Amino acid sequence: MAEFLLPKLGADMSRGRLVEWVKKPGERIARGEVIAVIETDKANVEVEAFESGTLEKVLVEPGDEWLPVGTPLAVIGAAGAEAPAPSAGEKPARKPEAAVPAAAKPAPEAPRVPAVPPPKPKPPSKAPPPHAPAVPAPRAAEGTRLPASPVARRRAAELGVDLATLRGTGPDGRIVLADVESVAGAAVAKRPAGRPAPAAPLTAAEKAQEKRARMREAIAAAMARSKREIPHYYLGTTIDLTRAMAWLASYNAERPVTERMLYGVLLLKAVAAALREYPELNGFWTEGRAQLADSVHLGVAISLRGGGLVAPALHDADKLALPELMRRLQDLVTRARASSLRSSEMTDATVTVTSLGERGVEAVYGVIYPPQLALVGFGKVVTRPWVADGEVAPREVVTATLSADHRASDGHRGALFLDAVDRLLQEPEKL
Amino acid sequence: MAKLTYREAVRAAMREAMAADPRVFLMGEDVGRHGGAFAVSMGLLEEFGPERIRDTPLMESTFVGAGIGAAVGGMRPIVEVMTINFSLLALDQIVNTAAALRHMSGGQFSVPLVVRMASGGGRGLAAQHSHSLEGWFAHVPGIKVATPATVADAKGLLLAALADPDPVLVFEHATLYPLEGEDADDTPMALGRAAVRRAGEDVTLVAYGASVHKALAAAAALAAEEISAEVLDLRTLRPLDVEAIVSSVARTHRAVVVDEMWRTGSFAGEVAATIMEQAFDELDAPVARVASAEVPMPYAKPLEDAALPSAEQIAAAARALF
Repeated sequence: MAEFLLPKLGADMSRGRLVEWVKKPGERIARGEVIAVIETDKANVEVEAFESGTLEKVLVEPGDEWLPVGTPLAVIGAAGAEAPAPSAGEKPARKPEAAVPAAAKPAPEAPRVPAVPPPKPKPPSKAPPPHAPAVPAPRAAEGTRLPASPVARRRAAELGVDLATLRGTGPDGRIVLADVESVAGAAVAKRPAGRPAPAAPLTAAEKAQEKRARMREAIAAAMARSKREIPHYYLGTTIDLTRAMAWLASYNAERPVTERMLYGVLLLKAVAAALREYPELNGFWTEGRAQLADSVHLGVAISLRGGGLVAPALHDADKLALPELMRRLQDLVTRARASSLRSSEMTDATVTVTSLGERGVEAVYGVIYPPQLALVGFGKVVTRPWVADGEVAPREVVTATLSADHRASDGHRGALFLDAVDRLLQEPEKL
Repeated sequence: MAKLTYREAVRAAMREAMAADPRVFLMGEDVGRHGGAFAVSMGLLEEFGPERIRDTPLMESTFVGAGIGAAVGGMRPIVEVMTINFSLLALDQIVNTAAALRHMSGGQFSVPLVVRMASGGGRGLAAQHSHSLEGWFAHVPGIKVATPATVADAKGLLLAALADPDPVLVFEHATLYPLEGEDADDTPMALGRAAVRRAGEDVTLVAYGASVHKALAAAAALAAEEISAEVLDLRTLRPLDVEAIVSSVARTHRAVVVDEMWRTGSFAGEVAATIMEQAFDELDAPVARVASAEVPMPYAKPLEDAALPSAEQIAAAARALF
């Protein structure tokens, strides 16, 4: 018997609306199956079940009410003679919050994100309260145990709040229950009866406007936190893409339009492969230290038509063949814009890749999505005079940049990483 | 419900029990002609005669031992030991015999003995008469320990003690005898049930005996500061109502344990450890203790006051948890 709680699907998520129950009471649920659709400030997300079982009872009906993260939504009974879940064998690992839009808490090695956070591992993360940006808090020095009360620790684990991001208001700076609940907006959850009902129904235009405002607020909270907490360093290099573009042209020439690949896929694959060589850029900063991820789940920044952006995860991008990566990317972009992302995609990204090349800029120095450790940026592919073998020749080049968390890595390693991206792109056929 | 004093409530319980059961009798120092050192048994000699209200020599070991013998022999004795300090002379009888006899006889003998005594400080009776050692007795399996804090409990817990088949020690805090309050109703009380004397949300003040009233005063002071304190009266130290303690702390997440024993080895330590063991994940602050200063009880009133837990100390200890 487990409670299915409103999951925290991002560093910037503090609340959500229940849009729809995909499963009905009495139905069996396999782990990883979509159980409900939740609206966050950024997107509608299909939330997957963390464990197999039977949906015994729904505690909340779909509606317009904003519910704080951690609100019990349903009761899931024991699995009984259930078949093993799709991703059986994967332990739901610690799930740091994700970086992007509404996403967070990627499980370094779990392909699926639990809708119900596992009881043991503490999902660190911090939700800014709906209307107040998070209070900056000094992070505990590495290796020191945070002074936090037992109930504050327990509640933080339940709500997915990273204690290291809190400022304790108890005696001697101890983090107490109220600190956790105020940041997670859960104080409200304690007395749901006291929640004010929404006022008059909004027009469609007002709703859209409100949605945009909410997304802005969510992005603001995550980005402000990033710049407040993460000591960024920035590196940039110009990469000769001539060989890659030529290889891609010949690859595409042999295929129907529907199977053609975008050069961006090569960039994504090169980044994913290079991250395997420089793992200190792939993972999360939680509880005062870097937690490196075992898998490479690229968060792909996708701008949305109404404004704002999301960066859902392309799972195991380092292991996928290029055509498969292309298919998944297309699918992800389509669904991101249709607002039908799944919770695992919202929470699993271990690093973010953003490309503003199509918008005409040559370089992007991005802001890391907390608690990720790095963001890789690409500008547009341009033809420039280039010196190769002592001669000036026109070459197609792209500027690759790295924004990285200096707590977790140093410029030396960051530079080697960009160099590896360059090297990998020189042999596109091996990608 | 009629108003009466704590002293009258104890007397009423004894009178009721003696009227109802010919096996019940009272013995102790000065309980007869003098009416008891704290005037608890005043008038009982006239009412029940010297066979049932028996003055004893100043020899606690002997008359507590006699009580044990009478209990084993089928009587229902109430033995009054004048103060808790003097009970130490009967410690051997209580711990080595009364508490152990059922166990050592394989259940062949039970000792339905009630021992009443005054405990605690605050009446200017100095170190010979003012200590709180009830936690020592609560340490011992085989006996039960009641610490009534209210008028109703003074009567109800004594009747519950008389109904119990095993030895029960009742500690009547010496400052409570003049306390006025409502009489108990006729519902029999059970040993081992704590009571919430004041409901609150932010901190649990665990207390027993006279400390309950100090905790209530502290809770009233804290309420003015918007700290909502719950006061939990343990009522019996053995059996201890662990469930009530844990469920209160699970709601308030903070606890101050008040105890008139000396801090080191106090019963408050037992309560604090129990909270730590069973409600650790509910705690939002370390469990605090307010206990007596570690000195023999001073005679001088200002020093005695300073040595005992006070409502101000309890409130301060609670405040420090936030």
